[in-house]
Amino acid sequence: MTTMTIAKAINEGLRATLAANPKSLLMGEDIGALGGVYRVTDGLIGEFGPDRVVDTPLAESGIIGTAIGLALRGYNPVCEIQFDGFVFPGFNQITTQLAKMHARSNGNLTVPVVVRIPYGGGIGSVEHHSESPEALFAHTAGLRIITPSNPHDAYWMIRQAVECKDPVIVFEPKRRYWLKGEVDVEAAGPAGDPFKAHVLREGTDATIVAYGPLVPVALAAANAAEEDGRSVEVIDLRSISPLDFDTVTASVQKTGRLIVAHEAPTFGGIGGEIAARISERAFHSLEAPVIRVGGFHMPYPVAKVEEDYLPDIDRILEALDRALSY
Amino acid sequence: MGTHLPSTEFDGTAVEDQREADAEAVMGQPPAQMVQLLGPDGTLGADPVYSRYADRLSPEDLRGLYADMASIRRFDVEATALQRQGQLALWVPLTGQEAAQIGSGRASQPQDYIFPTYREHGVALTRNVDLAELLRQFRGVSNGGWDPKETNFHLYTLVLAAQTLHAVGYAMGIQRDQKLSAGAAAGEPDAAVIAYFGDGASSEGDVHESMVFASSYNAPVVFFCQNNHWAISVPTNVQTRVPLSNRAKGYGFPGIRVDGNDVIAVHAVTEWALEHARQGKGPVLIEAFTYRVGAHTTADDPTKYRGSEEEDAWRAKDPLLRLEKYLRAEGLADDAFFAKVKADGDELAAYVRRTAHDLENPDIRTAFANVYAEAHPLVAEELAWFEEYTAGFDGGDAPTAPHGAAAKAGH
Repeated sequence: MTTMTIAKAINEGLRATLAANPKSLLMGEDIGALGGVYRVTDGLIGEFGPDRVVDTPLAESGIIGTAIGLALRGYNPVCEIQFDGFVFPGFNQITTQLAKMHARSNGNLTVPVVVRIPYGGGIGSVEHHSESPEALFAHTAGLRIITPSNPHDAYWMIRQAVECKDPVIVFEPKRRYWLKGEVDVEAAGPAGDPFKAHVLREGTDATIVAYGPLVPVALAAANAAEEDGRSVEVIDLRSISPLDFDTVTASVQKTGRLIVAHEAPTFGGIGGEIAARISERAFHSLEAPVIRVGGFHMPYPVAKVEEDYLPDIDRILEALDRALSY
Repeated sequence: MGTHLPSTEFDGTAVEDQREADAEAVMGQPPAQMVQLLGPDGTLGADPVYSRYADRLSPEDLRGLYADMASIRRFDVEATALQRQGQLALWVPLTGQEAAQIGSGRASQPQDYIFPTYREHGVALTRNVDLAELLRQFRGVSNGGWDPKETNFHLYTLVLAAQTLHAVGYAMGIQRDQKLSAGAAAGEPDAAVIAYFGDGASSEGDVHESMVFASSYNAPVVFFCQNNHWAISVPTNVQTRVPLSNRAKGYGFPGIRVDGNDVIAVHAVTEWALEHARQGKGPVLIEAFTYRVGAHTTADDPTKYRGSEEEDAWRAKDPLLRLEKYLRAEGLADDAFFAKVKADGDELAAYVRRTAHDLENPDIRTAFANVYAEAHPLVAEELAWFEEYTAGFDGGDAPTAPHGAAAKAGH
């Protein structure tokens, strides 16, 4: 066990991948000498050279599009998109090309491209630097979408993403890059499937589902609720596509109440999908409607008011109160 | 690369002159600085660089180029007819562009990898793709009927220009393969990549990004732009005010405009470009100056946006006609040869028609199977639901035609 931050864990995961797989390579803007704007790739160019850690021109469609070509030639490219809001110039390549290539080739071709996207707010940044666009990608068949919330998952999930034959988007919770935790670099652990949710905290009165940056918030809310005598289960979704409905369903069948929290706007979001599926799967277990806690239907607001936008402990507790009032 | 003028001194007259020259070229004389070896009258000219490549073509090669062009034109006629008869949902004719496609495709080597748009049926022929397989996409039974790994001919790309980036990435992979295998057992021939696109797609941002990436990494890729003068209904001068081949200069690699209706010149220029790329000298842009004689697709109506006199002017520059003139004048082919070519074309057409009729509708279960390469619980769940749902119909096994199944069961 080693203690490290999420950023360092991803760095170590990428290092292990580059060392183990000669066909793997990293591509992105400023990922070489600078080590990325968040230093996630710090030091890797020195170890693996510029053919494996590729500083690209400033062009996101170019990054994804050439990564697809490299994958068709047998490589495992890991692309870094500098910030969530900058993925959209590459959106066409991701949704019309990357996601569909396996299907449209009748399974003849695989494109194991990994796209890393630092996402979410709470860092006081300028516009286009704090968004949570995961639902836009989750709606696209052919993509897998995962998002680690702690260093151990970060280390293993990036490695597992590269090993996966399908395209994987890794949403990295940028405001948690400096969150420290223990990483077992020897083994992913008994629940090593990157596409399964983890129950982080058991409870009997209600379930909170969260992922990425809101996992620590959900845990804090559950701890606060415990002081009021409420037993709250917390699930870290980890994977958004596929989404582990079995784990969520089992929890709701036990607790009868479900709150889904994410930074992304609630309208058309992952929370809505979970609410719909759970209402089908666990209708008779539900004691209250599924309640979503998330961003508002507005462009991500300016930094000085983002605290009013982002779900926090109180917003989750308020939702919990509502769920428990039924 | 010429003098860099301050923007205030930009020579706009040159641009206007070029536009006029290009406009004239559509109707009559070819534009200046276009590589042409075989003129419309069938006489073979000389070029200080490319004649050397043209000279490599044996009489057998030349007859082969003619036969290929004739085959693909006959195929095009048949596919258009199949669409008109309701056998295909859509067809994308290539007539007029045979020389650009056959000449460039025949210049490629088996180890090269080709990224087409959706009109490169002629290139497909040169890569030994079963032409009947091309029809699958247009009949709606597959989005790509062939395995690109077998022919090194990628699937058609319909979101235009996306494939130019794939081509550059693939070329970057070739560069890395060479380094990985350096010191190990050599012997793999050097490979290069061709990215096809058109004058319309040249305006897409992906073309720009692909040329930037190719230039930055000196990737072994040939950008082959068929300027067929019309992006559906919009003429080339809406896409560009300079010859498209000039754009290469801005990226720092060679750009060549070639007479796209001259199969000998296209073959020579493409061979030169592929050699250039394979030798590690980086990318090349080729602009094949040609013309889409027919409609954009079978859903298009060119009479709404261009005059027939323009089409007639281009028919006079027909790529097959001029090679036929040359072959006959040089005594390289006789009536028997051309009769054989025609008979072979009819045989191909009959094969394609027969095969198109026989193409079976796929089962949607294959679509479920190919969304992901690895197991996916949502896909599995939806497939299971679908199986249960279809099993609920009497007769059971007719998922795409439940009414038919009901009829069979006596309803």
